[in-house]
Amino acid sequence: MIVPIIFLILGVVGFLFTGLPLKFLMDEMVIRLARNLVLVLSLIIPVITGMGLNFGIVLGAMAGQIALIIITNYSIGGGLGFLLSIIISTPIAILFGFLVGRVLNKAKGKEMITSMILGFFANGVYQLIFLVFAGSIIPIKNKSLLLSSGVGLKNTVDLAGITYSLDRLIPFGKYPIATLLVTLLLYLSVNYFLKTKLGQNMRAVGQDMHIAEVSGINVDKTRITAIIISTVLAAWGQIIFLQNIGTMNTYGSHEQVGLFAVASLLVGGATVDKASWKEALIGTFLFHFLFIVSPLAGQNLMNNAQIGEYFRVFVAYGVIGLALLLHAWEKDKSKTSLSDI
Amino acid sequence: MDLLQMKNITKLYTENRVLNQVSLSIKEGEIHGLVGENGAGKSTLMNILFGMPVIHSTGGFEGEMLFNGRSFLPKSPEEAMNLGIGMVHQEFMLIPGFTITENIKLNREKTKPTFVSKIFGERLEKLDLNAMAKDARKSLDKLNMSIDEYLPVAGLPVGYMQFIEIAREIDKSKLKLLILDEPTAVLAETEAAQFLDIINKLSEMGISILFISHRLDEIKKITDSITILRDGEVVKTIETSEISIADMAGLMVGRNIEMIRKKKNERNAGDEYILEIKDFKVNMPGERVKGLDLKVRKGEILGLGGLAGQGKIGIANGIMGLYETSGTIIKNGNKLPLNNPREILHSSIAFLSEDRRGVGLLLDDSIEFNIGFSSLEVQNKFLKKIGPLNLIDEKKIREYALKMIEELDIRCTGPKQHTRYLSGGNQQKVCIARALTLEPDLLLISEPTRGIDIGAKKLVLDTLVKLNKKLNMTVIITSSELGELRQVSDRIAIIYNGKVGGILPPDASDEQFGLLMAGESLDKVVN
Repeated sequence: MIVPIIFLILGVVGFLFTGLPLKFLMDEMVIRLARNLVLVLSLIIPVITGMGLNFGIVLGAMAGQIALIIITNYSIGGGLGFLLSIIISTPIAILFGFLVGRVLNKAKGKEMITSMILGFFANGVYQLIFLVFAGSIIPIKNKSLLLSSGVGLKNTVDLAGITYSLDRLIPFGKYPIATLLVTLLLYLSVNYFLKTKLGQNMRAVGQDMHIAEVSGINVDKTRITAIIISTVLAAWGQIIFLQNIGTMNTYGSHEQVGLFAVASLLVGGATVDKASWKEALIGTFLFHFLFIVSPLAGQNLMNNAQIGEYFRVFVAYGVIGLALLLHAWEKDKSKTSLSDI
Repeated sequence: MDLLQMKNITKLYTENRVLNQVSLSIKEGEIHGLVGENGAGKSTLMNILFGMPVIHSTGGFEGEMLFNGRSFLPKSPEEAMNLGIGMVHQEFMLIPGFTITENIKLNREKTKPTFVSKIFGERLEKLDLNAMAKDARKSLDKLNMSIDEYLPVAGLPVGYMQFIEIAREIDKSKLKLLILDEPTAVLAETEAAQFLDIINKLSEMGISILFISHRLDEIKKITDSITILRDGEVVKTIETSEISIADMAGLMVGRNIEMIRKKKNERNAGDEYILEIKDFKVNMPGERVKGLDLKVRKGEILGLGGLAGQGKIGIANGIMGLYETSGTIIKNGNKLPLNNPREILHSSIAFLSEDRRGVGLLLDDSIEFNIGFSSLEVQNKFLKKIGPLNLIDEKKIREYALKMIEELDIRCTGPKQHTRYLSGGNQQKVCIARALTLEPDLLLISEPTRGIDIGAKKLVLDTLVKLNKKLNMTVIITSSELGELRQVSDRIAIIYNGKVGGILPPDASDEQFGLLMAGESLDKVVN
């Protein structure tokens, strides 16, 4: 409970130094929440299944981006383009999730570091495909996507075709009403899911794999299912994120996804083995609150926006480190000590 | 009619025969006791009955089983459960973060179909928490438990947890046979009494019960018949009313030991104490020592025996300071520091761990280095000074190692051979050689013959006796094998529940040892 309070205080103090009007801040927050909430949601199920923070959602983000590249290649835009990218990304994300799940089952107890390294590895493969194969082995119809040499995708892909395709589906000024509704629907679905038999199995596996196994639950399969759901949600989340941004950094947009989503969840007070929609919501709010506030506060306080920027990065990594440390500490505390004998 | 018949069950783990032609049968509604020391084969037998994967991944077993008159070969726990076999494990199989209801209904949850589940299948049916709670309540009521079924399990007293495990088993509608693996080990006396009442009640409901326990008085009180296992074989199957507790204990422990012991007067144990331990506690998981007092005479071989988990292993590890400890250790009148292995080694104490390959040896280093490294590290032996540098004196180590190899008869290709490739017996001798290099006057040795074949066992034990006699070295030997303790020790302390249960001479009767190990008090045992 202490972590979100600290971040709230930091944010509020920072806000006082920015001199920003509250309305501007709130408008900005609504947009950022709509943009990020689904990505953060994708982390909850693996945490409940006892697999820790799934840094492997980077692969989900890649699946989303692959789908976006495909629709851009065929110049399909608007609501249809958005829907199509969701449909295309889903089987890719399921495949990725299955593969990640298989690997993580071989690395029980070390899921977090394994999923993080898997993200880096997948990034290498992704670069190989879109930097070397695209245009040479993989035919690209839309030549504006390619570098001037004709091989490899450009660093930036303009997503003008689907920009705001979901956000402004229900027109209400600049507010992304449709996105918020979709997000709400997904949150309710995950909540429903956790109350089903499969959700209960995941909670059991998360609490104690051995007991779950002895009770006849297929532990490995349950874990793979959890990762698949997480990866699919991440793919959708990344598409929602990018349709709001409007451009895609081909080789960079997915890289930070895991880190920022994990940091958001932890800021909300989640831990490595406990997370729910509440932490996701609170955490995303606080993390992005600080994101908006800190560069400006840095500028006003020290005449240097870089200080705030630095603080922001420091916070993102710091909160993850702190959360892992607290977790290790809690675990240590639950052991029997000499005085208990 | 017999509900369960196991006929001529034989199980080998690689070459090791852990069960030999074991037969067991249980009648309907009967309470059957299964008694035996650690390693007698009880767990393996239960694993076979419960279809545990470990059995099938190690080559299955020989023999025949009939359940309810039909041939029965479970390949997985699920299969056994479906036929109506339930098991309450020694360690709790409860999820602490779940409520009592969730635990009782674990993986047998009641669900109701919803719109989503009709599309995506049964696994997405919603849990019906009310129906689940009702079922849980019914099972709890059968056990006279008034506790709220919505409470989380974490934080409940252990006694309750045991009952919840049973509630979970009887919630399975088809339950015919319930296996209880040392269910009362964690219970306080009043809880245990209540527990036994419930077992009787279950038996009246027509459920057969297989009751595994070390508490012989409980076995005597509650069971209808008993099977006693020893070294993987059935020693006796008998109606409970026809056997006394003392006879049970005797049959459980008794072995035809070839007594190679020397006469008392050949021993050189004096009345002086070399080591005194007071209110000693060791936080070694699974082998906790809980406030033990022990005095060790100079020049004796003291055996530490007892069942697994009672704390005998924790004592030597605690003296060495390898686990968190408290209390007082006095050696030759000096107080020794706690939790400081280096200081202990400086105090002429050497330790051979029960985990020979893990803690005892550098498996990928040569024999000579293994023999030398402790004293090199602690006593600066085998070092030569060249300028400011201390270098290892390879020549000195080699000479010494060759001497030790000859003296202890270590079978190897030479001092350069890596210890990983030695047989268990020879590895143990390398450990002994290393300990001797420290020139200790007190040697702590745990499970000296574990994983060593019979021929080599005798050699290792003979070596210990020889060291004791020749060098007047005091030896504390910790072993799960009572037989070997009785061969070499002057006195044997049986550890029960983290304390000394009693000290017996090695020629005390099987019954006396058996009763002490089962937690009876010494006065009762001797009379």
